[in-house]
Amino acid sequence: MTESSLFKRTAAELAEAVAAGEVSAVEVTGAHLDRIAAVDDAETGVHAFLHVNREQALAAAGEVDAKRAAGEQLGPLAGVPLALKDVITTADMPTTAGSKILEGWQPPYDATITRRMREAGIIILGKTNMDEFAMGSSTENSAFGPTRNPWDLDRIPGGSGGGSSAALASFQAPLAIGTDTGGSIRQPAAVTGTVGVKPTYGGVSRYGLIACASSLDQAGPCARTVLDAALLHSVIGGYDPLDATSIQQPVPDVVAAARRGADGDLSGMRIGVVKELGGEGYQAGVERRFGEAVEVLGKLGAEVVEVSCPHFDYALPAYYLILPSEVSSNLARFDAMRYGLRVGDDGSRSAEEVMNATRGAGFGAEAKRRIILGTYALSSGYYDAYYGQAQKVRTLVTRDFEAAFEQVDVLVSPTTPTTAFPIGEKVDDPLAMYKNDLCTIPSNLAGNASASFPCGLAEEDGMPVGLHVMAPVLADDRLYRIGAALEQALVSEWGGPLLDKVPELETA
Amino acid sequence: MPATAAALPSFSEAIARFDPVMGMEVHVELGTITKMFCGCSTEFGADPNTQVCPTCLGLPGSLPVVNETAVESAIRIGLALNCQIAEHCRFARKNYFYPDMPKNFQISQYDEPIAYDGWTEVTVDTDQGARTVRIGIERAHMEEDTGKSLHVGGATGRIHGASHSLLDYNRAGIPLIEIVTKPIEVDAELAPAVARAYVSSLRDLIRALGVSDARMELGQMRCDANVSLKPKGTAAFGTRTETKNVNSLRSVERAVTYEIRRQAAVLDTGETIVQETRHWHEDTGETTAGRVKEEAEDYRYFPEPDLVPVAPAREWVDQLRTTLPEPPAERRARLQKEWDFTDLEMRDVVNAGAMDLVEQTIEAGADAAGAKKWWLGEISRTANDRGVALDAAGITPADVARVETLVKEGTLNDKLARQVVEGVLAGEGSPDQVVEARGLAVVSDESALGAAVDEAIAAQPDVAEKIRGGNMGAVGALIGAVMKSTRGQADAKRVRELIIERLTP
Repeated sequence: MTESSLFKRTAAELAEAVAAGEVSAVEVTGAHLDRIAAVDDAETGVHAFLHVNREQALAAAGEVDAKRAAGEQLGPLAGVPLALKDVITTADMPTTAGSKILEGWQPPYDATITRRMREAGIIILGKTNMDEFAMGSSTENSAFGPTRNPWDLDRIPGGSGGGSSAALASFQAPLAIGTDTGGSIRQPAAVTGTVGVKPTYGGVSRYGLIACASSLDQAGPCARTVLDAALLHSVIGGYDPLDATSIQQPVPDVVAAARRGADGDLSGMRIGVVKELGGEGYQAGVERRFGEAVEVLGKLGAEVVEVSCPHFDYALPAYYLILPSEVSSNLARFDAMRYGLRVGDDGSRSAEEVMNATRGAGFGAEAKRRIILGTYALSSGYYDAYYGQAQKVRTLVTRDFEAAFEQVDVLVSPTTPTTAFPIGEKVDDPLAMYKNDLCTIPSNLAGNASASFPCGLAEEDGMPVGLHVMAPVLADDRLYRIGAALEQALVSEWGGPLLDKVPELETA
Repeated sequence: MPATAAALPSFSEAIARFDPVMGMEVHVELGTITKMFCGCSTEFGADPNTQVCPTCLGLPGSLPVVNETAVESAIRIGLALNCQIAEHCRFARKNYFYPDMPKNFQISQYDEPIAYDGWTEVTVDTDQGARTVRIGIERAHMEEDTGKSLHVGGATGRIHGASHSLLDYNRAGIPLIEIVTKPIEVDAELAPAVARAYVSSLRDLIRALGVSDARMELGQMRCDANVSLKPKGTAAFGTRTETKNVNSLRSVERAVTYEIRRQAAVLDTGETIVQETRHWHEDTGETTAGRVKEEAEDYRYFPEPDLVPVAPAREWVDQLRTTLPEPPAERRARLQKEWDFTDLEMRDVVNAGAMDLVEQTIEAGADAAGAKKWWLGEISRTANDRGVALDAAGITPADVARVETLVKEGTLNDKLARQVVEGVLAGEGSPDQVVEARGLAVVSDESALGAAVDEAIAAQPDVAEKIRGGNMGAVGALIGAVMKSTRGQADAKRVRELIIERLTP
């Protein structure tokens, strides 16, 4: 097999080839490391990775090969490379959360999902770029420079998990991990033509996920195909005693659901189009691709109806009170006392002065903005009006979902109002930036499962559009069934995967 | 403002004009094996920063998980304080920056404590005898302890003037229960004693529950005392001060007394009390101003999103209710009645810290008066001389009961019994071993005793003659001689009988 035929293949294909001995895990890993070296330059390339772990990745791949040689049973993704968002702790690699304040910090422990992936024989290539502490929708808030969208290097790859989505779309890894607090898995997936799933809150352990907003954060699988995402989901999902919010129930069989969906039969499925998530502010090409995708689902046998979720209109403002409140508390620990950046410690300053200087120098503008907002929203005298009211809206949004799921099995909307915008376009307009997450935020507030699947390119700019599917809590399997059905229908319509249309990147 | 205690009005002058209102906040470190939110050991005295993990160090990505045993202890404390136990309660984050706090927020409880609205009864001794006072309990809630800061290079050990600080996070995350009283309003002259009795009784209760050793000198139990004054006969509370870290029973009483006198002095001059925290100085017996609370710190409490609510099942709570020990005040009253002690006698036993020991001695077979006599007499003296606790003096309740049995059987008389106890305290072994080794048993061999009596009569024929003549007052001289020849090991009563038998018709 040639190198390019290796890095263009899906995770399922690679795992099968490794298991069958057609190719070694070391060869697969080497091909992807070479691809990273070729296309990921920080100045001129995609810049998906902040850190690449070449030696250790090859060593881990060697272990998989040795196990196979010894006749041991390999896991379903053994030997498959993965790009890990730099917000998940790794005991053998730095973890920065995209922030100067953690530059060079090497955690002494693996996150639960890191451990589960290693045990499954997944090869962690390195850590991917992100908006600082997962706050942003473009990866421009990274302290280490932006990531570029492989479809058009002048455009953003989404955020906060732009490094993970760009790594997938530029064939640097077939699998990636993202985290989603308001859309940070789904929006990058949508704007890069990849698959991103935000599992049910509590379905995947948060132990070792550096918190942005604890009640909203959820790690999840990112891939180029629905089946690959399902395979990764089943590796990382499930109860973890180290995470008190982890659900003590088995993960639904998402792999079986993806395989079933690939049969292309959605009869019996009821799909609700959310009335509030469309119309004014939505790009024409996005609405067109979305409408066509819904038509496809209907043709596959699903019953499509319109559903109203009236409180979704208030989800965004509520989110921007709850999120900063939790951020202001979660980010308090970055104070130079125990780890990370320390500024101004020249022996003349008090601990408090060093804390102030470090936080002033270490946090970027968006982190500071949200810390200030959250500190304000939680202060006495304002708590009821801001945090308290926002929690009430959160309850109403959850009830909208519950009522909707009495009528339909899943809800759908566009994932984002627009396609990927040019780098720099919205950096000075936080409110415009926040609107990227209009459709994705309700699921974070309610904690239910949702995902973005590629549904074509907008004609006006040739950039990818995502179909957003929302399922009830613990019904993650429905996402995969619908995603796989849509995928097989569209791939046959297009004559190949959407990502075949990504322009060839200049290689170094 | 008067600077020294000498310049302040006396306590009785102060309470002649003002009534104090108190509020006690007591933190108890639970004696769980692991910390509140992680699996680290809680053992005291380990090298700095050796009992830590990502969670109690607050490392990025780490998460807390609630220690079930700590919740159980909290519920049992709540039940023992006659509190309601919440059916559903949440943890909250208390946000403030301090280097010994790893996350710069403390996981605590705010408006949803695990236990609330209870009461406990404490006994204080007054000139008119024991008085029982009911103290309302506002709440008991769970939280985590902070690390410890050691400020180096300054004169006082406080942060002011220090060149640098060392941080030890072994204590960070140790489970704490904070118990807060309702305002305590009692007869003014009793206030300091009630404050002390409350803390003392709470300590006994915590120990009886077995949830903590509650050793104040190790910081396992820490007390903050809130005090305010109001002019006598008025209803509205005055401005309060909070005296922090009053960490012995004696200090609780002294600190409350001092604050009452100090505040009276301030109010007497027409000034107002500043709402502030104050530091207690054990050496001078005074408090000094700490942080001014005028700009109340805003802790920005909000529900801890990393934890799910605690919802103890009612059956569990009911089951825990059956594991409660007898309340200390009830126990004291019951034992006093069973032992038939006067108020004064019981107070002596309690003040000597001998209640458990006396009870165990009685259980081992002694009678109440005998048990009390030994523990409050010989043994207390020895313990005091050695500067150890009564139960560390070197004699067990079973030993004391055995000595009493030997006396009852006639093997020992009172004088010999004292020598046996002395021997046991000196580490010579059990009472029987001491009797054996020192040859202390009463001579009970009738023929040996008879021979000794005959010998004494023969040696003092003039005395014998007086007795024969009916002068019974002379018997004593012969008894003395017999006791001397038997080295005190004879039963004097029996000796007397034998002498009279021989010399009177």
